[in-house]
Parts: sequence; C-alpha cells; structure tokens
Amino acid sequence: MFQIRVHGRGGQGVVTAAEMLSIAAFEEGRHAQAFPSFGSERTGAPVVAFCRISDREIRSREPIVEADAVIIQDPTLLHQVAVFAGLKSEGYVLVNSQHGIEDLGLGEFATEHRAVRFCSLPATELGIRHIGRPIPNVPLLAGFAALSGIIKLESVVKAINARFRGQVAEGNISAATEAYHLVKEVACSSR
Amino acid sequence: MLKQIEGSRAVAEAVALCRPEVICAYPISPQTHIVEALGEMVKSKRLSPCEYINVESEFAAMSVSIGASAAGARAYTATASQGLLFMTEAVYNASGLGLPIVMTVANRAIGAPINIWNDHSDSLSQRDSGWMQLFAENNQEAVDLHIQAFRLAEELSMPIMVCMDGYILTHAFERVDIPAQEQVDAYLPLFEPRQVLDPAEPISIGAMVGPEAFMEVKYLAHAKQMQAIERIPQLAAEFKNTFGRDSGGLIRTYRSEDAETMIIAMGSVLGTIKDTVDEMRIEGHRIGVLSIISYRPFPLEQVKKALLHCKRFLVLEKSLAVGMGGIVATDVRMAVTGAGLKGYTAVAGLGGRPIFKSQLHQLFRQAEREELPPVTFLDLDWDAVNKQLAREKQTRRSGPVAENILHDKGIVSAKFG
Repeated sequence: MFQIRVHGRGGQGVVTAAEMLSIAAFEEGRHAQAFPSFGSERTGAPVVAFCRISDREIRSREPIVEADAVIIQDPTLLHQVAVFAGLKSEGYVLVNSQHGIEDLGLGEFATEHRAVRFCSLPATELGIRHIGRPIPNVPLLAGFAALSGIIKLESVVKAINARFRGQVAEGNISAATEAYHLVKEVACSSR
Repeated sequence: MLKQIEGSRAVAEAVALCRPEVICAYPISPQTHIVEALGEMVKSKRLSPCEYINVESEFAAMSVSIGASAAGARAYTATASQGLLFMTEAVYNASGLGLPIVMTVANRAIGAPINIWNDHSDSLSQRDSGWMQLFAENNQEAVDLHIQAFRLAEELSMPIMVCMDGYILTHAFERVDIPAQEQVDAYLPLFEPRQVLDPAEPISIGAMVGPEAFMEVKYLAHAKQMQAIERIPQLAAEFKNTFGRDSGGLIRTYRSEDAETMIIAMGSVLGTIKDTVDEMRIEGHRIGVLSIISYRPFPLEQVKKALLHCKRFLVLEKSLAVGMGGIVATDVRMAVTGAGLKGYTAVAGLGGRPIFKSQLHQLFRQAEREELPPVTFLDLDWDAVNKQLAREKQTRRSGPVAENILHDKGIVSAKFG
C-alpha cells in the first residue's frame, strides 16, 4: 500500500488532485481510494486530501497517518501545518515552489531525513502558463509521477482527460508534460 | 463496468439503472452530489422517462415522493441530517401508508452544534419510523443495496433508507463495478403498485383510523419487516446469481469461526475494523467481526447465532443514545439476552471524528481483557470535557458549550491526524 497526502489551500484543487491520482492508479489496474479531509473547506483555508494505492482491495477509511509521499501545493503551509507528520523515512516530498529545498528553509529537515526524496516544482507558474490559472494541482501530479515512479505520465494524462475537456484538458496535459520532464531532468539532479 | 468513481456519482448511476420515474430531493450535504448527478441525467434525457421535481424543502421532497408513489410511480429521494429531521412527519406517513419509496441517507450528524460530517445519528433517529434501513460498508455495496432496495421495497410495499456514510463514502473515489442496464432490468421488475391513485378507479389513501383499527395497521407494518427478514437474504442470494458478487443480506461475519471476542459495527468503519482484526489475528488474537447490514428490520436471531460462540462482544457505533449509551448496542444485547456474554459499547466517530486503526487496536485489546466499562467514548478529550465541567461549576454564566470547547482547543486549521 502506498499512501499519499496532498496538502494545500481551499481553491487549489487539493481534493481534485487526490481524486485524479486515484483515477491514474486505477488506469494502471490498481486499487485506489481518494477522499477529502475532515475539516472545514473554505477558500484559502488549509486543506488536506488523501490517496491510497494498492494491488489489493483497500478497506481502511482512516485518514493517512503514515504517508509514503506528501505533496505540498502551497509552501506557506510548511510553517503552519505539520505537513511532514508521519512521513516514512524513505518517503517523497514534492513542494510547489520556484525555490529549492534550502531556500524553502527545509535544508535542516533534509539533512535530518537523508533518505527522504525531496523535490520542488514551480507548479503555480506552470498552471498560469499552460492553463491560464494559478492552479498547481495537475503539474504537481505529473511531478509526483516523475519523482516517485508510482504512476506513469500517461496515466496522469488519462486522468486529465477523464476530468477535463477541450482546451482545459489540452492545457493541463501540456502543463503535466512539462512538469514531468522538469522533475525528471532538472529539479532533482541537485538534491 | 469497473469505474474509478465518486461514491455519490456511483449511487446516482445505480439509481438511474433502477429507472425511477419521479425524483424529488432538496440538496443537503453530503447527499447533494447524488441528486445533482441524477438531475443532470434527467435533464439530458439519459434517464427517461423520469421527472425531476425541484421543491423548497425536505418536507416537500418527501411529500412529493409520497404523492408520486401513491400515483404508481417508482419514487426516489435522498437526504441527510437536519434534512431528514425536517421531513420526519412525512417519513412516518410514507411508511404508514405503505409506499415503497427508496431514499438514500448520506449519514451525517445532527446539530446543534451544527456539523456536516458523518455519524449515524440521523437515520437512527428514524429507527421506529417504519422504514427499513440498510447500511453500506463501501461504495460497491451502496450501489448494490440500492438495486436490492427497490426490489424489496416494492415487493413489500414499504419504504427503505439506504444508508451510506457521508463524506467517507459519498465523497470517496474508489473502484466500483457499475452493473449493466440489462442485469438490473433482469433483477428488478417493473413497479406494480399494491395501491394506486387512479382517477378512473377512485380510492382514498390515508384515511383516519381510530382505536378500532390502528393497532392492526401498525402490526402489519411490523409484520412486513418480519417478512423482510426472510426476503433480504433471498434477494441477496438472487443478486449474487445475477451480478456475481456478495452484497447485502442481513448480517455478515468476518474471521469469526473461533473468535472469543466479536466486534460489531455498521457502515464504512467496518473496513478499518477488518484491517485491524487482520493485524491482530497475525498476532494470535481470537477476534472476529459481525457486520450489521440490516438495521431495520433488526435480525435478532441471526445476530444471536453469530455471537453465541464468542465470550464477549464490543459494539462500536457512530451514535449515542444521550442519557443511556449505545443505540445499536441495545439491540445487540437484546439479541443475546440470557446468553451470558460480556457486552461492551464504544461510541465512536461522532460528528466525523476520524477513527484510527491505532485506537481500535487499543480498544479491542481492552475489550479482550474485559477491562472496559459498559460504555466507552473513543478518543474523547477528557481534558476539554473536565475543563468545561469545572467552568460550569465555577461560573453561573459559563457561556455556550460548543464555543467554549472550540476556544479551548484553539481550532484554526484543517486537521488530518
């Protein structure tokens, strides 16, 4: 079982991200479960959504305590919410930011948790450029695919097509594709 | 067809496959996505013939459903929480008149304090309304129970609530096998009403009934539910023949063969319970699970049979009979009266409080060691409770309870753990 927490703010498509991630995993023939957090969801308020991926039926409904990966859609949450709580020692962290891990003030955390695989991605900028809106969720999903290898880019594309149509789908696909290659080639080479 | 789909959307697909002719609902979280999806299907004529009627309240939604059903239409509605309470008078009328309406209840807490999240207080408050209540463990079962519910309701001419946990199921994306139309058509015959309002053959429905006949009418409602005890397993078996999977029935047991401790629950928490029990079994604990699918009618005999071999049981329920303890637990204890079993109640998950495996591990071990009081409140913050109690002792004008607790807890951000 692979467990992912998506942290962000109301309006950033946090719940949609978890749902699309589950669709991408389903497209690969796996069991997946996505569900929103147990909290008030207001625009701008911290929001968390969950996704489990497994080769077996997923029965548990508890919120994800021990995460294999954490996707952070808004770096200002780093100082407000315990986003790394329960992150496994060899987990993945993907942060939406133009800045590197050191600049984000995560250098110390990265040193203490050497096995954790960090990466940052300018997902908001990708959203603005390709979709015309500062919505970072889809580029981050593609970045997560590149970082973790848990899902393929083509499955993310399938999830995009399941959710969006026309220009919005096209924009998301090109944002996802660029995000995927950025993470694969650039962002993670200098960890 | 296998789909990765939101629970609400999956239920809407299932309801549409049952060919309802009138849908009338008033939106309330967490049920809204179901009726929104059905509204879209009616508008696009994907679901046809069907009339979707907008109303101003839940009371009207149930009243329109009553009218539609009495006119011979297959009628469907959905609600939750305060919405269910608001339609209560009409809820009793639907069953009292013997109208086979199917209603999804996206289980949600009842205020005050207002709370939109899951527990079972809403449908359990309608325990004695004369409606049958079936509880889904996951979204596949929610889909399947709706199909079985129309069949059972119409056979008996009595209404059914299909209960699914709000948010936890309604808003969860998971894999669901959506049946083919031909399969549903083969399982669910056309609605043939027992009573119909037809201008060509005028009758009245809803007469005033005095002391000379009231008891008989009420007894017959009870007798119908006793018939349902027979029919529910048969319909589940037939469902398996047509659709190829186990869904529904009165109860289900899990790893119970040699269990000394049995955990009893309803709804989606059963998944977390089963995972916990699997982990405990690896460690050698003799523990099993009893799922109650049919809350009304309550299968006393089946529950008794499932528990007789054990030494003790724990009912974990998302409901509270204030001033008494458990609601489901009362029925379970009734089922095993005189059997000499130790029984415990754990009230858990009220108002959407998440239930974690780690908590269940601890709770189940305490039950095994028979260390629990008769009623336990899982994850209750005793500091917060005691602080408020002390405040009330000190000051007459201690203020509103909910606001005090929120203030004490410093609630500002989304919780996830």
